[in-house]
Amino acid sequence: MSGSDQGKGPDVLDAQDRARFEQLVLPHLDAAFNLARWILKSRAECEDVAQEAMLRAYRFFRGFHGGDARAWLLQIVRNTCYTWLEKNRPVELMTEFDEELHPQPSTSPEALAIAGDNRERLTRALETLPPRFREVLVLRELEGCSYKEIAAITAIPIGTVMSALARARQRLQSALTHSPQEASREL
Amino acid sequence: MSCDFTRTVLHGYLDGELDATGAAEFERHLESCRECTTALGAEESLRSSLQRSGLYEGAPVGLRKKIRAGLDAATAPPDAIRIPAWRWLAVAASILLVASVSWFAWLRPARDSAASAPFTAAEIIDAHVRSLQPGHLTDVASSDNQTVKPWFNGKLAFVPPVKDFADEGFSLVGGRLDVLGGQNVAALVYSRRKHFINVFVLPTREPDTPIHPPGLRQGYQWRHWRRQGMEYCAVSDVSDSDLYELAQLLYQ
Repeated sequence: MSGSDQGKGPDVLDAQDRARFEQLVLPHLDAAFNLARWILKSRAECEDVAQEAMLRAYRFFRGFHGGDARAWLLQIVRNTCYTWLEKNRPVELMTEFDEELHPQPSTSPEALAIAGDNRERLTRALETLPPRFREVLVLRELEGCSYKEIAAITAIPIGTVMSALARARQRLQSALTHSPQEASREL
Repeated sequence: MSCDFTRTVLHGYLDGELDATGAAEFERHLESCRECTTALGAEESLRSSLQRSGLYEGAPVGLRKKIRAGLDAATAPPDAIRIPAWRWLAVAASILLVASVSWFAWLRPARDSAASAPFTAAEIIDAHVRSLQPGHLTDVASSDNQTVKPWFNGKLAFVPPVKDFADEGFSLVGGRLDVLGGQNVAALVYSRRKHFINVFVLPTREPDTPIHPPGLRQGYQWRHWRRQGMEYCAVSDVSDSDLYELAQLLYQ
């Protein structure tokens, strides 16, 4: 468990905490929702989970001692999502990080541009990735997080964020350039 | 055939996370490595697809509302009534003690009970803290009481007394409408050595009181009193002696 969001027990919060939370953390609700949506792959469930994460963040707000409020919140969102997945869809978490990179010929930028132009296809491709790949891509490309922030949010050592992204991007490329039909034929 | 850089450093370069030396080194490498050049083009294309496709999903409006309600539920109810309550109860108790000496006085103290306070300490502190957020301090900014006082005309059902005490070290900064305990109140803002003091004023039917002992909460102090049909509460992070000084000036 990454301890920084839950050091001690929950606190009783007062109106001043509430005002600070509103000012520092609540503005990152979109980021929280977006991350939950992509980890869980479903809008319906991510609404509940994002809400739960937000209230959880609030309960542990006294443990937040300044700094990057977005990263702090997203870490809690991520933990809440994984707890939810463990309980409801444990199979999805069984795909471990693939340590091996399968060397394959690089896809041409043109082919990727065509494949990536289709939002549906891009969404489907992202959703075929295991959550641990998807989350680094979402944090980097949609949320614009730095490696340092990604490390803080996902509990990956900062030295390996770069290779995690490299693997995630490779997975996405192959998911994009292999349509589902082709993929099933290959199996 | 595959180049080691393609799998690692290329991504640091793409993400702008290499240091200057590393980036320059990789750029030199790019000149001679076709594989990395192609791969970089592919990654850039993928990135622009990801960012252009509107994949970012912001929170629905309803969620924000639900969360706010959840936050309210998780916030301690203003225990403020409690704090002044015991203070005022203590006052009432001492009055009661004195009162027991005489029949006549015995009948009075119940009137000064804490229950008649129209707002809570939490509300006072919240209003004060909110006023210190950017752009919230004053609706009318002026050190001239002849500007501030008429500004309240027609906005409130009463006329708050507005005085400047710049000579005494409390300069009038301006005035503001605020809401305390569900009532519209006038907030007069004074500054004291770069600190702000809010004085909330609202009408009351209760009899005059002396300036009550200070209340302290979250590093803010307040002083409360009633005078000539008005309820006053001064709140700030200045020292209590400063606050008391201003309260006395206003009390006159």
